[in-house]
Amino acid sequence: MTENTTIAVAMSGGVDSSTVAAMLARGQGGDSHPTIVGLTLQLWDQTRLAGKHGIPDAPKAGRCCSIDDVYDARRVAEQVGIPYYVVNQEERFEHDVVRPFVNEYLAGRTPIPCSLCNDHIKFDQLLKTARSIGAERIATGHYAVNEYDPQRQRWILKRPADLAKDQTYFLFGLTQEQLAHTLFPLGRLTKPEVRAIAREHGLRLAEKPDSQEICFIPGGDYKQFITAYLEEQGEPMPDTAGELVAANGDVIGRHDGITKFTVGQRKGLGVASPTPLYVLNIDPASHRVTVGADEQLATRTLRARRLNWISIAELTAPMRVRAKIRHRHEPAWATLEPAADGEVIATFDEPQRAVTPGQSAVFYDGHEVVGGGWIY
Amino acid sequence: MDANATTPLLPEVMEAMRPYWMEQFGNASSIHQQGQTARTAVDRARETLAEFFNCREAEVVFNSGGTEGDNTAIFGLLRPGDHFITTSVEHSAVLRAAERVAERGVEVTFVAPRRNGLVSDGLIDPEEIRRAMRPQTRLISVMLANNETGVLQPVEEIGRIAAAAGIFFHIDAVQGAGKVPFDVRRFGCHLLSMSAHKIHGPKGVGAMYVRRGTPLEPLLVGGSHERRQRAGTENVAGIVGLGKAVELAMTSLEDGTVERIAALRNRLEAGILAVPGTGVNGAGAPRTANTTNIRFEQVEGEALVIALDLKGVAVSGGSACHSGSTEPSHVLMAMGLDKSAARASLRFSLLRTATDADVDHGLRVVPAAVEHLRALSPVVAGTAG
Repeated sequence: MTENTTIAVAMSGGVDSSTVAAMLARGQGGDSHPTIVGLTLQLWDQTRLAGKHGIPDAPKAGRCCSIDDVYDARRVAEQVGIPYYVVNQEERFEHDVVRPFVNEYLAGRTPIPCSLCNDHIKFDQLLKTARSIGAERIATGHYAVNEYDPQRQRWILKRPADLAKDQTYFLFGLTQEQLAHTLFPLGRLTKPEVRAIAREHGLRLAEKPDSQEICFIPGGDYKQFITAYLEEQGEPMPDTAGELVAANGDVIGRHDGITKFTVGQRKGLGVASPTPLYVLNIDPASHRVTVGADEQLATRTLRARRLNWISIAELTAPMRVRAKIRHRHEPAWATLEPAADGEVIATFDEPQRAVTPGQSAVFYDGHEVVGGGWIY
Repeated sequence: MDANATTPLLPEVMEAMRPYWMEQFGNASSIHQQGQTARTAVDRARETLAEFFNCREAEVVFNSGGTEGDNTAIFGLLRPGDHFITTSVEHSAVLRAAERVAERGVEVTFVAPRRNGLVSDGLIDPEEIRRAMRPQTRLISVMLANNETGVLQPVEEIGRIAAAAGIFFHIDAVQGAGKVPFDVRRFGCHLLSMSAHKIHGPKGVGAMYVRRGTPLEPLLVGGSHERRQRAGTENVAGIVGLGKAVELAMTSLEDGTVERIAALRNRLEAGILAVPGTGVNGAGAPRTANTTNIRFEQVEGEALVIALDLKGVAVSGGSACHSGSTEPSHVLMAMGLDKSAARASLRFSLLRTATDADVDHGLRVVPAAVEHLRALSPVVAGTAG
């Protein structure tokens, strides 16, 4: 078996990765056709915290790593005729994704576990696993386009044909090495086209709904999860109660923990006000939560650290980009400038609402991902 | 090379079973001729099993296999207030059943394998069993051969200790049956469980030895099949297959087959041990002829299992968890290996039909795959115990 002849498909049991498996498996057996192998990373035991602190007992289908999803993935592999394996990465996932997620929340930030997972597990670990079983490349069901630009001698990551499904925001951490060994077969397709292909292949899960929530938090209640997780670990829930203050510094109330808040949040502040109030800032050191009017949420600049550059080798001079600061955010024009310690400052043309520490900022030049980093 | 997971039917077994699917489809409990034909087939198999166990025919109970036998012994004898002794290297069919009775008021002691130094050879010290005994101890359950390492437990000594104390003794013989000389009287057990599919018989059928007078409550109740020890219409074809498989296994114990398999296993083991940073788990203990469990330092066992499978060598590592991924083996952890060393260990187990060519193929593939893995991901040295 020579290199480049085996591709490992990361299969979650959802429509997208199942369709990738079906597309790649078609034509198997031909002389120059690569061998296709299905892999599922077992990341989190969905039964682990079930029933504790209000976490649902039986996770519904559509969360990765549930027994149902592994079953679905296995059935697809059987149907399209590829070998299929489940690889246990639970310890790494807990160490690299769940624990940092909990720590970030306790520090008053609003983390995105999916980006951490993509960086540490989905690509890094999957590629390592793929190589160790003799596959040179991996294929995933992400909506993104990657291609090599010989002029710049770099692998470029681009937004997909279906902008509504664009997942480049979560993929900004991919290295050149990872991009060079990854296939995104859905990048030039729309979701309806993908479902049509799934139906053509007779995949029973063609109509399976998309998963939306964070995979290890069934029900989506972060606070429940963090409470149950810390209890399981035998760690006390840190007391992060503190003052609720107005933008001018006046103390207007108290709250019982900063983990309940995220920048831009309106509901559940526990204070009465004639005009709507929003969380403007969370100070993890003093536990002070600052609230104010909607217009006070808007910020003109952001600082990001731990940058990864894709279309450029590094940022040496100011650059005009469009910056995306959360998953559903419409990228906004900004000027990106290098700052000390490898950090960057982005100055928006128009002030942006709820720039949230812990989220990532991803910078685009047209459809290309320039790079991205973590807002702090 | 995963015979401890399961084995194919031998052609003779297939042929023996064949008439009982269609032509001779009778229910062994029916009065009429069709039923009598089926009854005859079941009784012949019972005779074979009685010869194999060295017991009375009335002491043979057919069932669905090893898990049912293990569960029947534990659920059928233990009541709240009783004390139960088993070991931490048992199959999960025993361990999970032990946990279940523990939830229902049975005290359970899990005896760990002896330690000589940091890591154990996997043997249970009979004296540890004796030390664990209490006045309330009603049952001891120990496996004959370990499924992961092949280590053979000193069941005869344990049987003597149990007999002296008047304690019931069950042997999980799923992995040992057909691989070592067999005699329930010599073992001194009251109960013994075995399965057909580990010895080139069909899946879903097994047998239990139940010594006369043992107050074993049946797990399944209904009709009066198997002398009311196990209700449910007899799996006639399966039982015939089990009988044939046992007959062939008895022959293989005497015609040099075991020695031939041991030689193949030894050659495979020696060839793999020539790769640096490898070691045998359970080395030094008596083992079944077909099994070796090898740890590969600086290797992810799960990846090695997949890589070998894609090159036509089927082995296993750890035990499958609910999703089908693997967890580090509880057997190896009980022997003192840490998680990464347990993860880096694979079981190679040869079929009775294994050939020199199989071993050659294994020795072509395994060392190369290990080197490939190590070259890719240099794990910090010394992770394997």
